[in-house]
Amino acid sequence: MALALAAHGVEKRYGAVEALRGVSLEVAAGELVGLLGPNGAGKSTLVKIACGLVHPSAGRVEVCGAPAGSPRARRALGYLAELFRFPGWMTADEVLTLHQRLAGKGADAGTRKELLERVGLAEARTRPVEEMSKGMQQRLGIAQALVGSPRLLLLDEPTSALDPAGRRDVRGLLDDLRRAGIGVLLNSHLLTEVELVCDRVVILSRGDVVAAGRPDELSRPRGVEVDVDGGTRAYPAATRDEVPAIVRDLVAAGEDVYGVRVLATSLEEVYLEAAGGEDA
Amino acid sequence: MTAVTAVALHTLQEALRRRVFLVVLVLTVAFLGLFWLGVDRAFDEALRFADGSELLEIEVAVGATLLGLAMFATLFLGTVLAIFLTLGAVRGDAERGTLQPLVVRPIGRSTFLLARFLGAAAVCTLYVVGVFTAAAGIVRTAGGWWPDEFFAPTLELAAAVVLLCALSLLGSVFLSTTANGIAVFMLFGAGLTGGLLGQIGEAMNSETLIDVGRRTAYALPFEALYQDGLHRLTSETFGAAAFVVRLGPFGGAEAAGGGLFAWIVVYVGLVALAAGTAFARRDL
Ligand SMILES: Nc1ncnc2c1ncn2[C@@H]1O[C@H](COP(=O)(O)OP(=O)(O)OP(=O)(O)O)[C@@H](O)[C@H]1O
Ligand SMILES: [Mg+2]
Repeated sequence: MALALAAHGVEKRYGAVEALRGVSLEVAAGELVGLLGPNGAGKSTLVKIACGLVHPSAGRVEVCGAPAGSPRARRALGYLAELFRFPGWMTADEVLTLHQRLAGKGADAGTRKELLERVGLAEARTRPVEEMSKGMQQRLGIAQALVGSPRLLLLDEPTSALDPAGRRDVRGLLDDLRRAGIGVLLNSHLLTEVELVCDRVVILSRGDVVAAGRPDELSRPRGVEVDVDGGTRAYPAATRDEVPAIVRDLVAAGEDVYGVRVLATSLEEVYLEAAGGEDA
Repeated sequence: MTAVTAVALHTLQEALRRRVFLVVLVLTVAFLGLFWLGVDRAFDEALRFADGSELLEIEVAVGATLLGLAMFATLFLGTVLAIFLTLGAVRGDAERGTLQPLVVRPIGRSTFLLARFLGAAAVCTLYVVGVFTAAAGIVRTAGGWWPDEFFAPTLELAAAVVLLCALSLLGSVFLSTTANGIAVFMLFGAGLTGGLLGQIGEAMNSETLIDVGRRTAYALPFEALYQDGLHRLTSETFGAAAFVVRLGPFGGAEAAGGGLFAWIVVYVGLVALAAGTAFARRDL
Protein backbone atom coordinates (compact mmCIF):
# COMPACT_ATOMS: atom_id res chain seq x y z
CA MET A 1 0.00 0.00 0.00
CA ALA A 2 1.17 3.52 -0.82
CA LEU A 3 2.65 5.59 1.94
CA ALA A 4 0.33 8.22 3.34
CA LEU A 5 3.26 10.58 3.78
CA ALA A 6 6.85 10.39 2.60
CA ALA A 7 9.41 13.12 3.21
CA HIS A 8 12.92 12.87 1.77
CA GLY A 9 15.71 15.17 2.83
CA VAL A 10 13.47 18.13 3.49
CA GLU A 11 15.25 21.39 4.21
CA LYS A 12 13.75 24.75 5.03
CA ARG A 13 15.50 28.03 5.59
CA TYR A 14 13.75 31.16 6.76
CA GLY A 15 16.39 33.74 5.99
CA ALA A 16 19.22 32.86 8.33
CA VAL A 17 17.18 30.38 10.36
CA GLU A 18 17.54 26.76 9.33
CA ALA A 19 14.21 25.33 10.44
CA LEU A 20 14.75 21.90 8.82
CA ARG A 21 18.07 20.37 7.81
CA GLY A 22 17.32 17.31 5.76
CA VAL A 23 14.44 15.57 7.47
CA SER A 24 13.19 12.24 6.14
CA LEU A 25 10.19 10.46 7.56
CA GLU A 26 7.38 8.20 6.46
CA VAL A 27 3.86 7.54 7.61
CA ALA A 28 2.25 4.37 6.27
CA ALA A 29 -1.48 3.98 5.71
CA GLY A 30 -3.10 3.14 9.02
CA GLU A 31 -0.02 4.20 10.97
CA LEU A 32 0.03 6.76 13.75
CA VAL A 33 3.33 8.61 13.99
CA GLY A 34 4.10 11.05 16.78
CA LEU A 35 6.33 13.98 15.95
CA LEU A 36 8.12 15.27 19.02
CA GLY A 37 10.68 17.92 19.67
CA PRO A 38 11.44 21.09 21.61
CA ASN A 39 9.91 24.45 20.74
CA GLY A 40 11.35 25.65 17.46
CA ALA A 41 12.55 22.18 16.43
CA GLY A 42 10.74 22.44 13.10
CA LYS A 43 7.69 20.23 13.69
CA SER A 44 5.09 22.70 12.50
CA THR A 45 7.29 23.68 9.57
CA LEU A 46 7.43 20.06 8.40
CA VAL A 47 3.65 19.68 8.69
CA LYS A 48 3.07 22.95 6.81
CA ILE A 49 5.35 21.75 4.03
CA ALA A 50 3.36 18.53 3.83
CA CYS A 51 0.11 20.39 3.33
CA GLY A 52 1.56 22.87 0.85
CA LEU A 53 1.42 25.97 3.04
CA VAL A 54 5.19 26.36 3.14
CA HIS A 55 7.62 25.73 0.28
CA PRO A 56 10.65 23.58 1.17
CA SER A 57 14.10 24.94 0.31
CA ALA A 58 15.20 21.43 -0.72
CA GLY A 59 13.91 17.90 -0.59
CA ARG A 60 10.74 16.16 -1.64
CA VAL A 61 7.45 15.46 0.14
CA GLU A 62 4.70 13.22 -1.17
CA VAL A 63 1.19 12.75 0.16
CA CYS A 64 -0.37 9.47 -0.98
CA GLY A 65 2.05 9.46 -3.91
CA ALA A 66 1.32 13.02 -5.05
CA PRO A 67 3.74 15.95 -4.61
CA ALA A 68 2.90 18.01 -1.53
CA GLY A 69 0.89 21.10 -2.41
CA SER A 70 -0.59 19.60 -5.57
CA PRO A 71 -4.40 19.44 -5.81
CA ARG A 72 -4.25 15.63 -5.60
CA ALA A 73 -2.18 15.80 -2.42
CA ARG A 74 -4.49 18.40 -0.92
CA ARG A 75 -7.52 16.27 -1.68
CA ALA A 76 -5.96 13.41 0.26
CA LEU A 77 -5.21 15.22 3.49
CA GLY A 78 -6.89 16.74 6.49
CA TYR A 79 -5.05 19.39 8.48
CA LEU A 80 -5.43 20.94 11.87
CA ALA A 81 -3.09 23.89 12.27
CA GLU A 82 -1.36 24.69 15.51
CA LEU A 83 -2.64 28.26 15.49
CA PHE A 84 -5.91 28.39 13.64
CA ARG A 85 -9.13 30.29 14.01
CA PHE A 86 -12.49 30.04 12.39
CA PRO A 87 -14.38 33.29 11.76
CA GLY A 88 -16.24 34.15 14.94
CA TRP A 89 -19.55 34.77 13.20
CA MET A 90 -19.79 31.24 11.78
CA THR A 91 -21.56 28.44 13.59
CA ALA A 92 -19.98 25.01 13.98
CA ASP A 93 -22.30 23.64 11.33
CA GLU A 94 -21.45 26.45 8.90
CA VAL A 95 -17.72 25.91 9.32
CA LEU A 96 -18.13 22.26 8.42
CA THR A 97 -20.46 23.09 5.51
CA LEU A 98 -17.91 25.49 4.03
CA HIS A 99 -15.20 22.86 4.34
CA GLN A 100 -17.39 20.20 2.80
CA ARG A 101 -17.94 22.47 -0.20
CA LEU A 102 -14.24 23.24 -0.44
CA ALA A 103 -13.43 19.55 -0.25
CA GLY A 104 -15.81 19.05 -3.15
CA LYS A 105 -17.71 16.28 -1.46
CA GLY A 106 -21.10 17.96 -1.26
CA ALA A 107 -22.64 19.47 1.85
CA ASP A 108 -24.17 16.48 3.56
CA ALA A 109 -25.89 17.29 6.86
CA GLY A 110 -25.75 13.70 8.11
CA THR A 111 -21.95 13.60 7.86
CA ARG A 112 -21.68 16.94 9.66
CA LYS A 113 -23.84 15.72 12.51
CA GLU A 114 -21.74 12.59 12.78
CA LEU A 115 -18.49 14.57 12.81
CA LEU A 116 -19.75 16.91 15.51
CA GLU A 117 -20.89 13.96 17.60
CA ARG A 118 -17.50 12.36 17.20
CA VAL A 119 -15.76 15.35 18.75
CA GLY A 120 -18.44 15.90 21.39
CA LEU A 121 -19.94 19.06 19.92
CA ALA A 122 -23.38 17.73 19.02
CA GLU A 123 -25.03 20.25 21.33
CA ALA A 124 -23.06 23.19 19.97
CA ARG A 125 -24.03 22.66 16.34
CA THR A 126 -25.63 26.10 15.94
CA ARG A 127 -23.37 27.99 18.30
CA PRO A 128 -21.17 30.71 16.74
CA VAL A 129 -17.44 30.12 17.07
CA GLU A 130 -17.00 33.37 19.02
CA GLU A 131 -19.16 31.93 21.77
CA MET A 132 -17.15 28.72 22.04
CA SER A 133 -14.45 27.98 24.56
CA LYS A 134 -10.92 27.35 23.33
CA GLY A 135 -11.26 23.61 23.74
CA MET A 136 -14.56 23.58 21.88
CA GLN A 137 -12.89 25.43 19.01
CA GLN A 138 -10.14 22.85 18.99
CA ARG A 139 -12.72 20.07 18.86
CA LEU A 140 -14.33 21.83 15.92
CA GLY A 141 -10.88 22.06 14.33
CA ILE A 142 -10.49 18.30 14.62
CA ALA A 143 -13.93 17.75 13.08
CA GLN A 144 -12.94 20.14 10.27
CA ALA A 145 -9.77 18.15 9.61
CA LEU A 146 -11.88 15.02 9.16
CA VAL A 147 -14.11 16.63 6.52
CA GLY A 148 -13.63 15.03 3.12
CA SER A 149 -12.53 11.62 4.44
CA PRO A 150 -8.78 12.28 4.26
CA ARG A 151 -6.27 9.46 3.91
CA LEU A 152 -3.62 11.42 5.75
CA LEU A 153 -4.28 13.52 8.83
CA LEU A 154 -1.79 16.16 9.88
CA LEU A 155 -2.58 17.24 13.42
CA ASP A 156 -0.46 19.99 14.92
CA GLU A 157 -0.98 19.85 18.68
CA PRO A 158 -4.65 18.90 18.42
CA THR A 159 -5.22 18.38 22.14
CA SER A 160 -3.33 21.31 23.65
CA ALA A 161 -6.57 22.94 24.84
CA LEU A 162 -8.60 19.83 25.57
CA ASP A 163 -9.75 18.62 28.97
CA PRO A 164 -8.75 15.09 30.07
CA ALA A 165 -12.01 13.59 28.79
CA GLY A 166 -11.51 15.37 25.46
CA ARG A 167 -8.01 13.94 25.21
CA ARG A 168 -9.31 10.46 25.86
CA ASP A 169 -11.97 10.99 23.18
CA VAL A 170 -9.29 12.03 20.71
CA ARG A 171 -7.25 8.94 21.56
CA GLY A 172 -10.31 6.83 20.80
CA LEU A 173 -10.85 8.73 17.58
CA LEU A 174 -7.23 8.19 16.54
CA ASP A 175 -7.62 4.47 17.18
CA ASP A 176 -10.69 4.41 14.95
CA LEU A 177 -8.83 6.25 12.21
CA ARG A 178 -5.94 3.82 12.39
CA ARG A 179 -8.36 0.94 11.98
CA ALA A 180 -9.85 2.71 8.98
CA GLY A 181 -6.41 2.78 7.33
CA ILE A 182 -5.78 6.49 7.70
CA GLY A 183 -2.23 7.66 8.28
CA VAL A 184 -1.79 10.21 11.05
CA LEU A 185 1.11 12.51 11.85
CA LEU A 186 0.59 13.89 15.32
CA ASN A 187 2.60 16.82 16.68
CA SER A 188 2.47 16.98 20.40
CA HIS A 189 4.29 17.93 23.55
CA LEU A 190 2.18 15.52 25.60
CA LEU A 191 4.57 12.60 25.79
CA THR A 192 2.35 10.24 27.76
CA GLU A 193 -0.37 10.75 25.20
CA VAL A 194 1.98 10.08 22.32
CA GLU A 195 3.28 6.99 24.12
CA LEU A 196 -0.28 5.76 24.57
CA VAL A 197 -1.45 6.06 20.97
CA CYS A 198 1.45 6.24 18.56
CA ASP A 199 2.87 3.31 16.64
CA ARG A 200 6.08 5.18 16.08
CA VAL A 201 7.66 8.40 17.23
CA VAL A 202 10.09 10.70 15.46
CA ILE A 203 12.02 13.18 17.55
CA LEU A 204 13.20 16.37 15.91
CA SER A 205 15.72 18.73 17.38
CA ARG A 206 16.97 21.89 15.69
CA GLY A 207 15.69 20.71 12.36
CA ASP A 208 17.20 17.21 12.46
CA VAL A 209 15.71 13.82 13.24
CA VAL A 210 17.58 12.76 16.37
CA ALA A 211 15.62 9.59 17.19
CA ALA A 212 12.93 7.50 15.57
CA GLY A 213 11.27 4.19 16.28
CA ARG A 214 8.53 2.43 18.22
CA PRO A 215 8.19 3.78 21.75
CA ASP A 216 9.26 0.46 23.26
CA GLU A 217 12.25 0.26 20.89
CA LEU A 218 13.42 3.68 21.90
CA SER A 219 13.32 3.02 25.61
CA ARG A 220 16.38 1.30 27.07
CA PRO A 221 16.53 -1.05 30.09
CA ARG A 222 17.60 0.75 33.21
CA GLY A 223 18.09 -2.18 35.56
CA VAL A 224 16.01 -3.91 38.19
CA GLU A 225 14.82 -2.79 41.62
CA VAL A 226 13.82 -5.21 44.37
CA ASP A 227 11.98 -4.28 47.60
CA VAL A 228 13.29 -6.24 50.57
CA ASP A 229 13.06 -5.90 54.35
CA GLY A 230 15.78 -3.30 54.64
CA GLY A 231 14.55 -1.15 51.73
CA THR A 232 15.15 -1.20 48.00
CA ARG A 233 18.06 -2.90 46.29
CA ALA A 234 19.07 -1.65 42.85
CA TYR A 235 20.67 -3.76 40.10
CA PRO A 236 21.37 -1.10 37.44
CA ALA A 237 22.96 -3.46 34.92
CA ALA A 238 20.42 -6.26 35.26
CA THR A 239 17.78 -7.11 32.65
CA ARG A 240 14.36 -8.74 32.88
CA ASP A 241 15.87 -12.17 32.15
CA GLU A 242 17.99 -11.98 35.27
CA VAL A 243 15.07 -11.33 37.62
CA PRO A 244 14.46 -15.03 38.63
CA ALA A 245 18.14 -15.51 39.50
CA ILE A 246 18.25 -12.29 41.55
CA VAL A 247 15.15 -13.28 43.50
CA ARG A 248 16.44 -16.82 44.05
CA ASP A 249 19.74 -15.49 45.40
CA LEU A 250 17.99 -13.05 47.75
CA VAL A 251 15.65 -15.72 49.08
CA ALA A 252 18.56 -18.11 49.52
CA ALA A 253 20.33 -15.40 51.50
CA GLY A 254 17.32 -15.25 53.84
CA GLU A 255 15.77 -12.01 52.56
CA ASP A 256 11.99 -11.51 52.24
CA VAL A 257 11.11 -10.14 48.77
CA TYR A 258 8.11 -7.74 48.61
CA GLY A 259 8.30 -6.52 45.05
CA VAL A 260 10.35 -6.49 41.87
CA ARG A 261 10.43 -3.76 39.18
CA VAL A 262 12.07 -3.98 35.77
CA LEU A 263 13.00 -0.43 34.86
CA ALA A 264 13.10 1.11 31.42
CA THR A 265 13.60 4.69 30.35
CA SER A 266 10.31 6.44 29.79
CA LEU A 267 9.58 8.21 26.52
CA GLU A 268 10.16 11.40 28.43
CA GLU A 269 13.68 10.36 29.34
CA VAL A 270 14.36 9.18 25.80
CA TYR A 271 13.03 12.47 24.57
CA LEU A 272 15.03 14.62 26.95
CA GLU A 273 18.19 12.71 26.16
CA ALA A 274 17.65 12.87 22.39
CA ALA A 275 16.68 16.50 22.38
CA GLY A 276 19.73 17.32 24.47
CA GLY A 277 17.69 18.27 27.52
CA GLU A 278 17.19 21.72 26.08
CA ASP A 279 13.43 21.51 26.34
CA ALA A 280 13.54 22.33 30.01
CA MET B 1 -21.92 24.08 -5.34
CA THR B 2 -18.42 24.63 -6.59
CA ALA B 3 -15.60 25.70 -4.31
CA VAL B 4 -15.42 29.10 -6.04
CA THR B 5 -19.06 29.83 -5.33
CA ALA B 6 -18.59 28.63 -1.77
CA VAL B 7 -15.73 31.07 -1.12
CA ALA B 8 -17.48 33.94 -2.92
CA LEU B 9 -20.65 33.34 -0.91
CA HIS B 10 -18.56 33.09 2.24
CA THR B 11 -17.21 36.60 1.52
CA LEU B 12 -20.76 37.83 0.98
CA GLN B 13 -22.01 36.18 4.13
CA GLU B 14 -19.13 37.62 6.11
CA ALA B 15 -20.03 41.10 4.86
CA LEU B 16 -23.62 40.65 5.92
CA ARG B 17 -22.96 39.12 9.32
CA ARG B 18 -20.19 41.24 10.65
CA ARG B 19 -21.52 44.15 12.60
CA VAL B 20 -19.29 46.50 10.65
CA PHE B 21 -21.51 46.01 7.64
CA LEU B 22 -24.38 47.35 9.66
CA VAL B 23 -22.32 50.46 10.32
CA VAL B 24 -21.74 50.91 6.59
CA LEU B 25 -25.47 50.56 6.02
CA VAL B 26 -26.41 53.04 8.71
CA LEU B 27 -23.88 55.57 7.44
CA THR B 28 -25.12 55.12 3.89
CA VAL B 29 -28.70 55.70 4.91
CA ALA B 30 -27.58 58.75 6.86
CA PHE B 31 -25.68 60.03 3.82
CA LEU B 32 -28.66 59.53 1.52
CA GLY B 33 -30.96 61.26 4.01
CA LEU B 34 -28.65 64.26 4.23
CA PHE B 35 -28.23 64.25 0.50
CA TRP B 36 -31.99 64.38 0.02
CA LEU B 37 -32.25 67.29 2.39
CA GLY B 38 -29.40 69.11 0.64
CA VAL B 39 -30.76 68.50 -2.85
CA ASP B 40 -34.20 69.67 -1.84
CA ARG B 41 -32.84 72.92 -0.41
CA ALA B 42 -30.42 73.52 -3.26
CA PHE B 43 -33.12 73.30 -5.92
CA ASP B 44 -35.47 75.46 -3.87
CA GLU B 45 -32.95 78.22 -3.39
CA ALA B 46 -31.54 78.14 -6.90
CA LEU B 47 -34.94 78.26 -8.54
CA ARG B 48 -36.18 81.07 -6.30
CA PHE B 49 -33.83 83.52 -8.00
CA ALA B 50 -34.38 82.28 -11.51
CA ASP B 51 -36.78 83.80 -13.99
CA GLY B 52 -38.46 81.66 -16.63
CA SER B 53 -35.79 81.69 -19.31
CA GLU B 54 -32.98 80.45 -17.04
CA LEU B 55 -35.05 77.83 -15.29
CA LEU B 56 -33.99 74.87 -17.32
CA GLU B 57 -30.32 75.78 -17.31
CA ILE B 58 -30.25 76.19 -13.55
CA GLU B 59 -31.98 72.90 -13.05
CA VAL B 60 -29.31 71.21 -15.11
CA ALA B 61 -26.46 73.01 -13.38
CA VAL B 62 -27.71 72.20 -9.89
CA GLY B 63 -28.74 68.65 -10.74
CA ALA B 64 -25.49 67.75 -12.48
CA THR B 65 -23.34 69.26 -9.76
CA LEU B 66 -25.27 67.52 -6.99
CA LEU B 67 -25.26 64.16 -8.74
CA GLY B 68 -21.56 64.65 -9.40
CA LEU B 69 -21.14 65.15 -5.68
CA ALA B 70 -23.16 62.01 -5.06
CA MET B 71 -20.95 60.17 -7.51
CA PHE B 72 -17.88 61.18 -5.58
CA ALA B 73 -19.50 60.21 -2.28
CA THR B 74 -20.53 56.84 -3.72
CA LEU B 75 -17.01 56.27 -4.99
CA PHE B 76 -15.68 57.10 -1.56
CA LEU B 77 -18.15 54.94 0.35
CA GLY B 78 -17.76 52.12 -2.15
CA THR B 79 -14.00 52.32 -1.74
CA VAL B 80 -14.33 52.12 2.04
CA LEU B 81 -16.47 49.00 1.59
CA ALA B 82 -14.09 47.51 -0.97
CA ILE B 83 -11.14 48.03 1.33
CA PHE B 84 -13.02 46.66 4.31
CA LEU B 85 -13.95 43.50 2.40
CA THR B 86 -10.49 42.74 1.10
CA LEU B 87 -7.79 44.41 3.18
CA GLY B 88 -6.88 41.35 5.21
CA ALA B 89 -7.74 38.67 2.65
CA VAL B 90 -4.30 37.08 2.52
CA ARG B 91 -1.71 38.24 4.99
CA GLY B 92 -4.16 39.52 7.57
CA ASP B 93 -6.18 36.31 7.52
CA ALA B 94 -2.99 34.24 7.51
CA GLU B 95 -1.81 36.08 10.62
CA ARG B 96 -5.19 35.52 12.24
CA GLY B 97 -5.04 31.84 11.28
CA THR B 98 -8.31 31.81 9.35
CA LEU B 99 -6.71 31.45 5.92
CA GLN B 100 -4.70 28.25 6.34
CA PRO B 101 -7.58 25.83 6.87
CA LEU B 102 -9.18 27.13 3.66
CA VAL B 103 -6.22 27.13 1.29
CA VAL B 104 -5.07 23.61 2.18
CA ARG B 105 -8.33 22.45 0.64
CA PRO B 106 -8.14 21.38 -3.02
CA ILE B 107 -9.40 24.74 -4.30
CA GLY B 108 -5.86 26.10 -4.61
CA ARG B 109 -4.55 29.55 -3.94
CA SER B 110 -5.22 31.37 -7.20
CA THR B 111 -8.78 30.09 -7.42
CA PHE B 112 -9.28 31.06 -3.80
CA LEU B 113 -8.07 34.58 -4.53
CA LEU B 114 -10.29 34.79 -7.60
CA ALA B 115 -13.28 33.67 -5.54
CA ARG B 116 -12.53 36.24 -2.86
CA PHE B 117 -12.33 38.87 -5.58
CA LEU B 118 -15.61 37.82 -7.16
CA GLY B 119 -17.36 37.86 -3.79
CA ALA B 120 -16.07 41.32 -2.87
CA ALA B 121 -16.69 42.66 -6.37
CA ALA B 122 -20.29 41.44 -6.27
CA VAL B 123 -20.95 43.08 -2.91
CA CYS B 124 -19.34 46.36 -4.00
CA THR B 125 -21.17 46.43 -7.33
CA LEU B 126 -24.51 45.91 -5.65
CA TYR B 127 -23.68 48.58 -3.13
CA VAL B 128 -22.47 51.17 -5.65
CA VAL B 129 -25.36 50.58 -8.04
CA GLY B 130 -27.82 50.79 -5.16
CA VAL B 131 -26.44 53.98 -3.63
CA PHE B 132 -25.92 55.81 -6.91
CA THR B 133 -29.36 54.85 -8.20
CA ALA B 134 -30.86 56.10 -4.95
CA ALA B 135 -28.95 59.37 -5.31
CA ALA B 136 -30.08 59.84 -8.91
CA GLY B 137 -33.65 59.07 -7.82
CA ILE B 138 -33.39 61.71 -5.12
CA VAL B 139 -32.14 64.35 -7.58
CA ARG B 140 -34.96 63.49 -9.96
CA THR B 141 -37.63 63.56 -7.27
CA ALA B 142 -36.43 66.79 -5.71
CA GLY B 143 -35.39 68.70 -8.80
CA GLY B 144 -36.80 66.86 -11.77
CA TRP B 145 -33.37 66.41 -13.36
CA TRP B 146 -32.07 63.13 -14.78
CA PRO B 147 -28.56 62.72 -16.20
CA ASP B 148 -27.96 62.45 -19.95
CA GLU B 149 -26.55 58.97 -19.40
CA PHE B 150 -27.22 56.84 -16.38
CA PHE B 151 -26.26 53.20 -16.97
CA ALA B 152 -22.77 53.79 -18.32
CA PRO B 153 -21.65 56.10 -15.48
CA THR B 154 -23.15 53.74 -12.89
CA LEU B 155 -21.25 50.83 -14.34
CA GLU B 156 -18.07 52.89 -14.58
CA LEU B 157 -18.42 53.86 -10.95
CA ALA B 158 -18.89 50.22 -9.99
CA ALA B 159 -15.91 49.26 -12.14
CA ALA B 160 -13.78 51.89 -10.39
CA VAL B 161 -14.63 50.36 -7.02
CA VAL B 162 -14.08 46.83 -8.32
CA LEU B 163 -10.65 47.96 -9.51
CA LEU B 164 -9.90 49.14 -5.99
CA CYS B 165 -11.00 45.70 -4.72
CA ALA B 166 -8.40 44.16 -7.00
CA LEU B 167 -5.69 46.56 -5.83
CA SER B 168 -6.58 45.95 -2.21
CA LEU B 169 -6.42 42.18 -2.71
CA LEU B 170 -3.02 42.56 -4.34
CA GLY B 171 -1.90 44.65 -1.39
CA SER B 172 -3.24 42.08 1.04
CA VAL B 173 -0.76 39.53 -0.29
CA PHE B 174 2.14 41.68 0.85
CA LEU B 175 0.88 43.83 3.69
CA SER B 176 -0.72 43.16 7.02
CA THR B 177 -4.26 44.38 7.55
CA THR B 178 -3.65 47.90 8.85
CA ALA B 179 -0.76 48.63 6.51
CA ASN B 180 -2.78 47.53 3.51
CA GLY B 181 -5.80 49.61 4.52
CA ILE B 182 -3.61 52.67 4.77
CA ALA B 183 -1.82 51.89 1.51
CA VAL B 184 -5.02 51.47 -0.52
CA PHE B 185 -6.46 54.64 0.93
CA MET B 186 -3.30 56.50 -0.01
CA LEU B 187 -3.56 55.12 -3.55
CA PHE B 188 -7.16 56.26 -3.65
CA GLY B 189 -6.11 59.74 -2.58
CA ALA B 190 -3.18 59.74 -4.99
CA GLY B 191 -5.48 58.80 -7.87
CA LEU B 192 -7.91 61.59 -7.05
CA THR B 193 -5.11 64.12 -6.65
CA GLY B 194 -3.59 63.06 -9.95
CA GLY B 195 -6.92 63.47 -11.67
CA LEU B 196 -7.44 66.87 -10.11
CA LEU B 197 -3.97 68.01 -11.18
CA GLY B 198 -4.77 66.92 -14.71
CA GLN B 199 -7.98 68.95 -14.63
CA ILE B 200 -6.18 72.00 -13.31
CA GLY B 201 -3.65 71.44 -16.07
CA GLU B 202 -6.40 71.48 -18.66
CA ALA B 203 -7.78 74.70 -17.24
CA MET B 204 -4.36 76.35 -17.08
CA ASN B 205 -3.14 74.82 -20.28
CA SER B 206 -0.15 73.36 -18.47
CA GLU B 207 1.39 70.42 -20.31
CA THR B 208 3.27 69.24 -17.23
CA LEU B 209 0.14 68.96 -15.11
CA ILE B 210 -1.78 67.32 -17.92
CA ASP B 211 1.04 64.81 -18.15
CA VAL B 212 0.89 64.12 -14.41
CA GLY B 213 -2.85 63.55 -14.74
CA ARG B 214 -2.38 61.23 -17.70
CA ARG B 215 0.29 59.16 -15.97
CA THR B 216 -1.85 58.85 -12.86
CA ALA B 217 -4.76 57.73 -15.01
CA TYR B 218 -2.62 54.91 -16.35
CA ALA B 219 -1.21 53.89 -13.00
CA LEU B 220 -4.55 54.17 -11.15
CA PRO B 221 -7.27 53.99 -13.80
CA PHE B 222 -10.16 53.99 -11.30
CA GLU B 223 -9.88 57.77 -11.32
CA ALA B 224 -10.19 57.90 -15.11
CA LEU B 225 -13.28 55.71 -14.90
CA TYR B 226 -14.81 58.05 -12.36
CA GLN B 227 -13.96 61.08 -14.51
CA ASP B 228 -15.45 59.48 -17.57
CA GLY B 229 -18.62 58.65 -15.64
CA LEU B 230 -18.83 62.21 -14.37
CA HIS B 231 -18.45 63.48 -17.90
CA ARG B 232 -21.25 61.26 -19.15
CA LEU B 233 -23.73 62.75 -16.67
CA THR B 234 -23.84 65.84 -18.89
CA SER B 235 -22.47 64.41 -22.12
CA GLU B 236 -25.31 65.85 -24.20
CA THR B 237 -25.60 69.13 -22.38
CA PHE B 238 -24.20 72.23 -24.06
CA GLY B 239 -24.38 75.96 -23.59
CA ALA B 240 -24.38 77.98 -20.42
CA ALA B 241 -25.46 75.09 -18.13
CA ALA B 242 -22.61 72.89 -19.28
CA PHE B 243 -20.23 75.78 -18.81
CA VAL B 244 -21.37 76.34 -15.23
CA VAL B 245 -21.22 72.62 -14.38
CA ARG B 246 -17.71 72.35 -15.72
CA LEU B 247 -16.50 75.21 -13.57
CA GLY B 248 -17.41 73.35 -10.39
CA PRO B 249 -15.40 70.65 -8.65
CA PHE B 250 -17.70 67.90 -9.85
CA GLY B 251 -17.73 68.95 -13.45
CA GLY B 252 -15.05 69.63 -15.99
CA ALA B 253 -14.44 65.94 -16.09
CA GLU B 254 -12.55 64.44 -18.94
CA ALA B 255 -14.04 61.90 -21.26
CA ALA B 256 -11.74 58.95 -21.56
CA GLY B 257 -10.72 57.62 -24.94
CA GLY B 258 -11.65 54.11 -25.96
CA GLY B 259 -8.11 53.13 -24.97
CA LEU B 260 -9.09 53.42 -21.31
CA PHE B 261 -11.28 50.34 -21.40
CA ALA B 262 -8.70 48.25 -23.18
CA TRP B 263 -6.10 49.40 -20.68
CA ILE B 264 -8.35 48.50 -17.75
CA VAL B 265 -8.72 44.95 -19.03
CA VAL B 266 -4.93 44.68 -19.30
CA TYR B 267 -4.52 46.37 -15.93
CA VAL B 268 -6.83 43.98 -14.09
CA GLY B 269 -5.04 41.09 -15.80
CA LEU B 270 -1.68 42.39 -14.58
CA VAL B 271 -2.95 42.94 -11.05
CA ALA B 272 -4.40 39.42 -11.00
CA LEU B 273 -1.17 37.94 -12.32
CA ALA B 274 0.93 39.80 -9.75
CA ALA B 275 -1.38 38.83 -6.90
CA GLY B 276 -1.60 35.20 -8.01
CA THR B 277 2.15 34.82 -8.45
CA ALA B 278 3.03 36.49 -5.16
CA PHE B 279 0.39 34.49 -3.28
CA ALA B 280 1.60 31.22 -4.79
CA ARG B 281 5.13 31.91 -3.55
CA ARG B 282 4.18 32.94 -0.06
CA ASP B 283 4.83 30.77 2.96
CA LEU B 284 1.72 30.80 5.12
N1 LIG C 1 7.47 32.32 9.12
C1 LIG C 1 8.65 32.17 9.70
N2 LIG C 1 9.63 33.03 9.48
C2 LIG C 1 10.84 32.89 10.03
N3 LIG C 1 11.18 31.88 10.83
C3 LIG C 1 10.25 30.97 11.11
C4 LIG C 1 8.94 31.05 10.56
N4 LIG C 1 8.23 30.00 11.00
C5 LIG C 1 9.05 29.29 11.78
N5 LIG C 1 10.28 29.86 11.86
C6 LIG C 1 11.44 29.34 12.59
O1 LIG C 1 11.60 28.00 12.22
C7 LIG C 1 11.97 27.21 13.35
C8 LIG C 1 11.01 26.06 13.48
O2 LIG C 1 9.73 26.54 13.82
P1 LIG C 1 8.47 25.58 14.02
O3 LIG C 1 7.28 26.43 14.16
O4 LIG C 1 8.47 24.59 12.93
O5 LIG C 1 8.80 24.87 15.39
P2 LIG C 1 7.98 23.81 16.21
O6 LIG C 1 8.81 22.60 16.32
O7 LIG C 1 6.63 23.63 15.65
O8 LIG C 1 7.89 24.51 17.63
P3 LIG C 1 6.71 24.53 18.72
O9 LIG C 1 6.87 23.33 19.55
O10 LIG C 1 7.00 25.75 19.51
O11 LIG C 1 5.42 24.60 18.01
C9 LIG C 1 11.99 28.16 14.53
O12 LIG C 1 13.32 28.54 14.74
C10 LIG C 1 11.20 29.35 14.08
O13 LIG C 1 11.69 30.51 14.67
MG1 LIG D 1 4.76 24.00 16.28
